[in-house]
Amino acid sequence: MNIINDFKLTIDSKSVNEGFSRCAVSAFATQLDPTIEEISDIKMAVSEAVTNCIVHAYPQSVGKIYIHCSILEKNTLKISIRDKGCGISNVKQAMEPLFTTLGGERAGLGFAVMESFTDRISVRSIINKGTTVTMYKKIRGRAIL
Amino acid sequence: MPVKIMATEQRITAFLEGEIDHHSAPEIRNEIDDAIQMYKPKVLKLDYSDVTFMDSSGVGLVMGRYRALTPFGGKIIVSNLSYSVYKIMKLAGIEKIAKISQREEK
Ligand SMILES: Nc1ncnc2c1ncn2[C@@H]1O[C@H](COP(=O)(O)OP(=O)(O)O)[C@@H](O)[C@H]1O
Ligand SMILES: [Mg+2]
Repeated sequence: MNIINDFKLTIDSKSVNEGFSRCAVSAFATQLDPTIEEISDIKMAVSEAVTNCIVHAYPQSVGKIYIHCSILEKNTLKISIRDKGCGISNVKQAMEPLFTTLGGERAGLGFAVMESFTDRISVRSIINKGTTVTMYKKIRGRAIL
Repeated sequence: MPVKIMATEQRITAFLEGEIDHHSAPEIRNEIDDAIQMYKPKVLKLDYSDVTFMDSSGVGLVMGRYRALTPFGGKIIVSNLSYSVYKIMKLAGIEKIAKISQREEK
């Protein structure tokens, strides 16, 4: 699919950047005239993916998180969030609702949120190389209401 | 401060504010847990009227407080959720451990 508009953002894996990254993506998405509900779906999905990079990919250190966001044809937003962290040994298991390797107060629902609040998600991961989460969401927008 | 706490006999109400994520959750958690230890309430009410965003870290916050209250048989009420926070609470099945309700839309 053709890319109509596109931006890249590299941030440090610090928790203070969670708010910044989800706001950056949702601000970019406003050109598609999303509804308030679509905006909050996008914010949640981005927040989950970025938080996973911070807490799981780089547990003991600060690494880089690479966010690449594009607008494709048919009002489709593509969001890709990549890290060069520890990777996931079993992606299928990691994506199961309530599965978490951290315990504590992680709910194990990050991937479940990303899946239900976007249209499509793909996760590619290589141990000790990193993880890329790519999500697609068609913005139906306010024009239709 | 992302949370204001009001305690009366047997009941704590925590008014949460702003964005609840992995960055802000620990401070909110500590404030509420201090109050739970002090008052050992029968009811903990979490008021989301002024919450503008929440992700699954906020779900963990409710589940963790549920566990903190269980030793004294306390119950949780989760109220005034925006539609999107309600959606994620439902996805998590929070209604199985707490009474949840949405905001009145103006
Ligand atoms: N970027 C990542 N790098 C390494 N591991 C990850 C990453 N994202 C997710 N994981 C793994 O997948 C599991 C499930 O993630 P998630 O559904 O977001 O739940 P939670 O973050 O609450 O543990 C995590 O516990 C972790 O083991
Ligand atoms: Mg997560």
